[in-house]
Amino acid sequence: MKLVTAIVKPFKLDDVKNALELIGIAGLTVSEVQGFGRQRGHTEVYRGAEYQVDFVPKVRIEVVVGEVEAARVVDAIVEAASTGQIGDGKVWVTTIDEIVRVRTGERGADAV
Amino acid sequence: MDTGDTAWVLVSAALVLFMTPGLALFYGGMVRAKSVLNMMMMSFGALALISVLWVLYGYSMAFGDDLGGGLLGDPLEFAGLSSLLGTSGLDGGFQPESLVFTVPSMAFVAFQGMFAILTVALISGAIADRARFGPWMVFAGVWATLVYFPVAHWVFAFDGAESETGGWIANDLLAIDFAGGTAVHINAGAAGLALALVLGKRRGFGRDPMRPHNLPLVMIGAGILWFGWFGFNAGSALAANGQAAEVFVTTLVATGAATLGWLLVEKLRDGHATSLGAASGVVAGLVAITPACSSVTPVGAILVGLVAGVVCALAVGLKYRLGYDDSLDVVGVHLVGGIWGTLAVGLFASASTTAGVDGLLYGGGVDQLWRQALGAGVVLVYSFVLTLVIGFAIARTMRFRVAEEDEVTGIDSVVHAETGYDLDSLGGGRSAPALGTQAHAIPQDPAGNDRARGITVTTEGSRA
Repeated sequence: MKLVTAIVKPFKLDDVKNALELIGIAGLTVSEVQGFGRQRGHTEVYRGAEYQVDFVPKVRIEVVVGEVEAARVVDAIVEAASTGQIGDGKVWVTTIDEIVRVRTGERGADAV
Repeated sequence: MDTGDTAWVLVSAALVLFMTPGLALFYGGMVRAKSVLNMMMMSFGALALISVLWVLYGYSMAFGDDLGGGLLGDPLEFAGLSSLLGTSGLDGGFQPESLVFTVPSMAFVAFQGMFAILTVALISGAIADRARFGPWMVFAGVWATLVYFPVAHWVFAFDGAESETGGWIANDLLAIDFAGGTAVHINAGAAGLALALVLGKRRGFGRDPMRPHNLPLVMIGAGILWFGWFGFNAGSALAANGQAAEVFVTTLVATGAATLGWLLVEKLRDGHATSLGAASGVVAGLVAITPACSSVTPVGAILVGLVAGVVCALAVGLKYRLGYDDSLDVVGVHLVGGIWGTLAVGLFASASTTAGVDGLLYGGGVDQLWRQALGAGVVLVYSFVLTLVIGFAIARTMRFRVAEEDEVTGIDSVVHAETGYDLDSLGGGRSAPALGTQAHAIPQDPAGNDRARGITVTTEGSRA
């Protein structure tokens, strides 16, 4: 079992969600996050005083999938989220030790 | 007594009162979220305290008969205002026995009281995020007593209007300050500068971002200030007449022009016209036209406003260069705008207006200009020096400023035990305890304020 985590531009969220639905992914978790990478932040000016805003808003998408599907999910996210511009984000995959579905108590692959 | 004049002055008084809550919004939106309540409380504290002092002795110090030299009114003459009571009774239509021009003295008392409140509240913008509320209230009372009431006497007390003799700026110097460029704006601006120096810079000033936390609040506040300012300026005619109408229009158009001026500077210098710039331009224009609104033509008012917008937009940057933390630009907007507006009378006054005086640019020479400059200079120096003395005395005896740790935590939760916003949508789903059990205690409030150690909720009473 794998956890695929993606940090993408907020306006790409719907595209990523649609792409994942198309390959049959049944659920995902989304959170609004802030951070910086090579894109760095931006400046805002208030009454002539410039402020460097270090963190850029991003969306974090988390999907739990089986071993085989992980690669397809990564590809689908990368394709859907890409603009070619700096700040497009990152996708990474981690291995999960255990999963439990709260309603039924199912464990492991059955709970994905 | 004239009923139309009286109605206008009473309505104007209410308009000016509304400016102080408007100022609370204007200032409150500009500070960080953790200090919004403290910022607004300084305005509401001034509303509460100064209204009481005004009735007890403030009006009398400002408008009582002059004690000598045009410097101070007799603080006992109208103390408690009981000497202004008295009407012709129900059968006589409650005609007032005491008049100021054509309105009841009490209407004038109410109108001028709002000016005193607002002037004190204006100062608070210079010391955002770091002043303890108790010492602020002490400052407000002492400052009103030693600075505002006397200066209002100098500027607003005309011979024969409220008492036989009035103040020196109004009657001897003959500087024109229609609605308070000196007494209100230069006065508050100079006091703000002094108090910012007494309290020192906020932690992280010039280094950490201190962005306005809610610009829509700032815009609403600026709108309320503009609305109320028609009472401030046009109400100062003390009559519902042609002068009030002319003043109304100069107040409108100077403000529009100042907003354009401020936005133009921003667009050229920073690349963007901002909402904070628009709100600031509104206030800068209103400040500048306040002393000049009765003495300049409508086109003159456009020039006064435009220059005010440009000059104030540049002046708010001074604090970073000179290193004083006038947090919300009381100096850059009120002091600079007030000085400009007061001097502008000497430059742009036209004899075709109700003030009936020509300024330098209208062929009147420098006669009015030096009177304006002297009045502005004396009020500036008097307010600055006395505020320094009062401020240091309070700082020495009462700890004016919050502790460093509390300033970082946020003054709202430490000084007022409140926070401005609860945006947390989580929680609230805890299962109810069984009836009759000693219920749970909430361990800590969301602000992390350990003084509010917890409350205990019992369900005993709900059985009945």
